[in-house]
Amino acid sequence: MLSDLFIRLRGLFQRKAVEGELDEEMRFHYDQLVEKLLQSGLPVTEAHRRASLEFGGFEQVKEECRDARGTLFLETLLQDIRYSLRMLRKSPGFAVVATLTLTLAIGANTALFSVVNGVLLNPLPYPHPEQLVTIHESKPNFDTGSISYPNFLDWQKDNRTLSSMAVARSFSFSLTGLGQAESVPAQFVTSDFFPILGVKPVAGRLFLRADDQIGAAPVALISAGFWKRKFGSVPDVVGKNLTLNGMDYSVIGVIPSEFDLSLGAFSPSDIYVPVVQWNNNLLFSRGAGLGFHGVGRLRPGTTIEQARTDLARVTQNLAAAYPDVNKGVGASLIPFKKSMVGGVETFLLVLLCSVGFVLLIACVNIANLLLARSSGRSREFAVRTALGAGKSRLIRQLMTESVLLGVAGGTLGLLLAKWGTRVALNALPATLPRAGEIGIDFRVLLFTGAIALLAGILFGLVPAVKISRTNLQAGLKEGGRAASASRHRAHGVLAVAEIALTLVLLIGAGLMVRSLIRLWNVDPGFNPRNVLTFGVSLSPSLLKSNPAAIRAAFREVNAAINATPGVQSTSMSWGAIPMGGDDEWLFWLEGQAKPSTRNEMNWAIEYVVDPDYLKVMEIPLRSGRFLTAQDDERSSPVVVVDDVLAHEYFPKESPVGKHLFLETGDRTVLAEIVGVVGHVKQWGLDTDDTQPLRAQLYFSFMQLPDPVMALAPVGMGAVLRTRGPVPGIYDSIRHTLQQLNSQEVVYGGQTMEEVISASIASQRFSMILLGSFAGLALLLSSMGIYGVISYLVGQQTREIGIRMALGAQRSDVLRMVLGKGAFMALLGAAIGLAAAFGLTRLMVGMLYGVSATDPVTFVLVALLLMGIALAACYFPARRATKVDPVIALRYE
Amino acid sequence: MPAPRIDLPQGTLDLLILRTLALESMHGWAISERIHQVSSKVLQVQQGSLYPALHRLERRGWIKAHWGTSENNRRAKYYELTKTGRQHLEAEQDDWKKLAGAVARVLGTA
Repeated sequence: MLSDLFIRLRGLFQRKAVEGELDEEMRFHYDQLVEKLLQSGLPVTEAHRRASLEFGGFEQVKEECRDARGTLFLETLLQDIRYSLRMLRKSPGFAVVATLTLTLAIGANTALFSVVNGVLLNPLPYPHPEQLVTIHESKPNFDTGSISYPNFLDWQKDNRTLSSMAVARSFSFSLTGLGQAESVPAQFVTSDFFPILGVKPVAGRLFLRADDQIGAAPVALISAGFWKRKFGSVPDVVGKNLTLNGMDYSVIGVIPSEFDLSLGAFSPSDIYVPVVQWNNNLLFSRGAGLGFHGVGRLRPGTTIEQARTDLARVTQNLAAAYPDVNKGVGASLIPFKKSMVGGVETFLLVLLCSVGFVLLIACVNIANLLLARSSGRSREFAVRTALGAGKSRLIRQLMTESVLLGVAGGTLGLLLAKWGTRVALNALPATLPRAGEIGIDFRVLLFTGAIALLAGILFGLVPAVKISRTNLQAGLKEGGRAASASRHRAHGVLAVAEIALTLVLLIGAGLMVRSLIRLWNVDPGFNPRNVLTFGVSLSPSLLKSNPAAIRAAFREVNAAINATPGVQSTSMSWGAIPMGGDDEWLFWLEGQAKPSTRNEMNWAIEYVVDPDYLKVMEIPLRSGRFLTAQDDERSSPVVVVDDVLAHEYFPKESPVGKHLFLETGDRTVLAEIVGVVGHVKQWGLDTDDTQPLRAQLYFSFMQLPDPVMALAPVGMGAVLRTRGPVPGIYDSIRHTLQQLNSQEVVYGGQTMEEVISASIASQRFSMILLGSFAGLALLLSSMGIYGVISYLVGQQTREIGIRMALGAQRSDVLRMVLGKGAFMALLGAAIGLAAAFGLTRLMVGMLYGVSATDPVTFVLVALLLMGIALAACYFPARRATKVDPVIALRYE
Repeated sequence: MPAPRIDLPQGTLDLLILRTLALESMHGWAISERIHQVSSKVLQVQQGSLYPALHRLERRGWIKAHWGTSENNRRAKYYELTKTGRQHLEAEQDDWKKLAGAVARVLGTA
């Protein structure tokens, strides 16, 4: 009822006014009474006496009126809280330990939840994100291949279910004429790309359909960062000129800095240019993927299934029209969010689970402490009961105390998380998608509030349940000495639970450690030590000159790098780079008929390199020879294959001396196989073995057909090996090439060890996080076991004293106490092993080279934990042996 | 002045207060005096019961309070019946009459 609520609220918030009115009302009644008595002829003093007598005490009446007005739950709560604070202040040690434990646990949970929230739960920051899809070309054995540009144009034209679609591809331009020449990251996009994602330019305009037409004037969009860096954010940037790979583009607009989409190979870049500006003679070749991947927006009300059916129709028509290249080619549509974060889902959920375990352990620990405290407080409870407090009131009091601890831990944990998330994000592999969107929002606050309360209730419940079972009056009689078996059992159960939970976490961490050790010991197929890889762009003017001049320029660059002090050997590198970018060529064997469609040809990862490449990478030569300086533009083409290709295509004979037809760009080259080398783990240490496409071949850079060579001046790569570690080698290379030609650009320098390390960054990160959670859990639970055993020893001092008085040796006492600890450790370990057996399978995707139920890890970790648990028991056990029977018996 | 006192059955006081207020709004003192007089000095409502009852009835929304001026020019808290209070009174009154009649009949036959 409204009046009810109003009166209760008024009692709470206008306490003074209400009290004043109550007082005045009583006073009025009293005065009337006195008046009446005076009128009946009594003297003043007698009237007052009688009135007071009859009235029966102002305070009682007022108190009853207050009761009648009703009190809010909140008011008793405030009372409970005041009392709880007083109690906690009385045992600051307990309060501090409990709060700190909770702060750590809740902080870690909040931090991880804010990551999960930002990455997995929050809607994507684009208008109607549910309509967004990513689009790929599916091939018979590969679902998410790149889309050829002509196919894209037909899909765009013929589909009826997408309101718009676009493709993008990353690139890097040599920027000249604007300060020092540099290589800038760029993206080729089609005009609908930014409108699909709802991006609005901060200056100028976006691309229009007209910019997609062949022969359209070269235009470019720039990022806000580039605008600031190169143009000082001047407002009239539209119309300014940019010289990219020697061609003039005019700036038409600026992309806001908030645009930070990272998706597959797409990452926020400095420059965006329409696809048709790509000077690549394969752009309009229907069989060439060229690394384009698409984004699209479903028409309102259309499901992704309808769109898939629709595009299946479109691609079937195209397959009928162009059977030689489009046979078996389809379109695959994937929800945008899945494309963005699908890969990290397991990883994050496993981490969230394990951090949840840490919180559980923390709760168990505090429950244990509270239990020990409540045993010590039984006299207090007995007194309060005697004074009229019901059991429910006492339980509420206990719950208030524990929830109060939970709330304190939650508040501090939130602060810790706010700071910790930043730290963790900096340590995170750069590959975590949507990292920029992670923060503390309403949902995170709700989560933290909920777990803080839940935690408080959870660990408060244990002593509360115990209170509800015990006879409180007994506490008064025994003076807090009661030591019933059930009380000990509660402690034991908690310690066992802690051990079990910790074991699960430790096993998870152990499996990650073993995976990582396995990964580190995987032979990548080359020696990454002292190898540097970087990009090279020659002067863009070379794009217009003849192939001979380009080859001469590269020979010059090669010689200059070789002459740099510290360099042992070097090679240009085009096509694939181990664990870096990949590139494939199609081939078929000499003696076979040329396959009629591209999909029937064979694929191989191709490395276009110089003769010294083998020396730089230290890849073993298996048979024949590697490329030499004589394999140049004047000699007949040769190719070196890896042992995977050799085994796959020449299972019974030596491939050396055989010939392959290679599709390089739009030329077919017949090349003789002159040697076989070891396989390189192109796809990374962990997944290479399971990839369908592993065959590799090496082609001489100087033998590249002229039209392909014409593209080489920009976006070339190079590798070099130094004699031992040479600090600053990258800078000296930059310097050397700048000296050679001021328009040459060296960029993206990375040691091969860094590349490998980055390739397993996510495993390393999981290991570090899981490891620290497990460490925290171990610390908490050994504290917990220590606490339990100490408590039990304390409670049993009398018993131990009697035993010793009856002749028990110190070693017997030690064995008795340690036996208790060992029993708990064993039981906990058994339960933990069973739980881990069920839970670690969640991690399968994160492991490498160890099974999720790896017996070695399980056994070793269990032994380790039991050892630590026993050590934690040892100190209280030793204290027990020091018990002096006489004192123990007199004690209490 | 001590009068014979009868313990009021549970809930009866509420009914008496509501009935008294049905005529006009009045303050606590006047209510107790009125009940005393009307009951021919049989019923003496104790302050310790009267005021908690008034506050309880106010909370239930059957009566509402306002501050007014008393006969001797003092600020006093006046209570009046609300619409729901009046409805409640009518229902309770009927119930009470039935109950009282029934009890009287039972007692008369015994």
